[in-house]
Amino acid sequence: MPKTLFEKIWDNHIVHTVPNGPEVLYIDTHFIHEVTSPQAFDGLAKRGIDVFRKKQIVATADHNVPTLNQHLPIKDRLSRMQVDKLIENCHKNDIELYGLGHPYQGIVHVIGPELGVTQPGMTIVCGDSHTSTHGAFGSIAFGIGTSEVEMVMATQCLLQTKPKLMRITIDGILPKGVVSKDLILYIIAQISASGATGYFVEYAGSAIRALSMEARMTICNMSIEMGARGGLIAPDETTFEYLKGRKFAPQGADWTKKLAQWRELHSDSGAKFDLELHMDAADIAPMITYGTNPGMGIKINAKIPSLASMPSESEQKNLLKSLKYMGLQPDMALEGHPVQHVFIGSCTNARIEDLRQVAALVRGKKKAAGVHVFIVPGSKQVEEQAIREGLDKIFAEAGFQLRQPGCSACLGMNEDKIPAGEYCIATSNRNFEGRQGAGARTLLASPMTAAAAALTGRVTDVRTLLN
Amino acid sequence: MEKFKTIHSQFVPLAIEHVDTDQIIPARFLKATDRLGFGENLFRDWRYYSNGKPIEGFVLNDTQYSGQILVAGQNFGCGSSREHAAWAIADAGFRVVISSFFADIFKNNALNNGLLPVQVSEKFLKKIFLLGNQATLTIDLEKQTVQIDATGETTHFDINPYKKTCLINGFDDIDFLLSLKDKIAAYETARR
Ligand code: SF4
Repeated sequence: MPKTLFEKIWDNHIVHTVPNGPEVLYIDTHFIHEVTSPQAFDGLAKRGIDVFRKKQIVATADHNVPTLNQHLPIKDRLSRMQVDKLIENCHKNDIELYGLGHPYQGIVHVIGPELGVTQPGMTIVCGDSHTSTHGAFGSIAFGIGTSEVEMVMATQCLLQTKPKLMRITIDGILPKGVVSKDLILYIIAQISASGATGYFVEYAGSAIRALSMEARMTICNMSIEMGARGGLIAPDETTFEYLKGRKFAPQGADWTKKLAQWRELHSDSGAKFDLELHMDAADIAPMITYGTNPGMGIKINAKIPSLASMPSESEQKNLLKSLKYMGLQPDMALEGHPVQHVFIGSCTNARIEDLRQVAALVRGKKKAAGVHVFIVPGSKQVEEQAIREGLDKIFAEAGFQLRQPGCSACLGMNEDKIPAGEYCIATSNRNFEGRQGAGARTLLASPMTAAAAALTGRVTDVRTLLN
Repeated sequence: MEKFKTIHSQFVPLAIEHVDTDQIIPARFLKATDRLGFGENLFRDWRYYSNGKPIEGFVLNDTQYSGQILVAGQNFGCGSSREHAAWAIADAGFRVVISSFFADIFKNNALNNGLLPVQVSEKFLKKIFLLGNQATLTIDLEKQTVQIDATGETTHFDINPYKKTCLINGFDDIDFLLSLKDKIAAYETARR
């Protein structure tokens, strides 16, 4: 029987099926970080059991870490305690930790792929919803809660019910100035912030095949923003090319053997999905969000929806509640709206390709007066690569601040917060109320659109700056 | 985990849709390294001004509402996978959350902490929201039903049979998975 890509990987990882119940799914790789792991380590200690497969866990410190002066002790006492606890737990349990100061440190979903830990056909989990990022390599990757982190530490397995499967096929060529972030914001705006709940999504079509690995990661990263458990893309030559030679990628004869297996990882023709959607890449424009969930997005030159266009009373209420928080009005244009902050970072858009795109646009130019622009690389390796390529100089000349790696203003757990009432164009993935700090107003967009706003101080259609 | 028994209680109506876990417990309160105490900061920014004064009108500050059941609009628990959201709700004393739709990870996290997510139809949810502040509901996990006590009107809810057994007996997944360790090791060997 023809199988989907998801089913091929899933079936290959079933250890046991509980009659009438969930399946016991084997997990190949488990990433952990400081925020969602301490209670899991405690739980194990209380049960008096050891970590089962230490070598299959990779740890990093990212959510809480400062992005300036990382060589100094962490000032915030609670953040420091969490990071220290991670160091202690990893040390005690003999788990590889890429903590502060380590050349591999960075946001967990950036370092896994760049180190070649993330590979096609794997099952990958992390106590973090954006684990979906790793699906870009053709793996089943999804976020879990802390109790589940404990389960995986204890047994390398999880109890899971097979999700429904959706395939979104995007054919055609993305217009100039339109990048993968726009593509995924467009998809979420089409199907809403809950439209894929209960599903795992496979992205396919010529527009996806044409994307680089970095761009594919941006797409899979935001699958969770439409409610999906995760997203995945069949591996192809682009994937293999990216992985070849990376630190933990297979080498030599092992590589050849794996490659042959990976080439089998695609949905067979005739494989059945519970839902299939088709979209046209040519219809996509630079996107921006106006509201307080990632489904509230529009083309940058469109207007915020009017009340009359809302299909129900409850959606009118939602719209008004969001716009009140955002300090915006129904039916108004966003283009030209002033912004005070530009944040380029997060596991969605802080890879080297994102930084290169920004640098190419701003080379030789200066940021608008009064705008605070900061770039937070996704990892130490991205930071160093950017410096090797001289991007740091371009940013410095433009008045952009290049910081040190971490989650930063994506979730405002460290000191990088946006002040209440101010607007921030962010390349991250969530515009929830207070996400970037209490009262902060977030407009999600691509790195290109963020860079354009940095130059003009306003919401700007990047296509007007490209020639 | 505490065994889950039939709940008969008033409820707290939170008539808001798409309640994300950043609202349930904002990131700045995720710095603890144990599971307790999160209830204090449940819905922090909707519940208190930045100076710590309670925001009048927010339902958790309204003394006419009480009980172990939280009732919320659709797509409850979307966003971040933080289990702290389920801990905060449980720590605040709730045993049940009713909505017409739950985000996946939240649902799992809740179940893993003895907090029962009950999904009802949009229509039934509306009915609950229209009840007065003294109304009570009965949640019978054994029968998988929610009852509006005043009228006796009842609806059925779904739950994975395995999870149901776990809740009723107070077992958790780890106990079960640990019992399979030989099988897991055999799987690893077979794949090598
Ligand atoms: S960058 Fe943001 S979304 Fe990504 S892991 Fe960090 S906090 Fe989560």
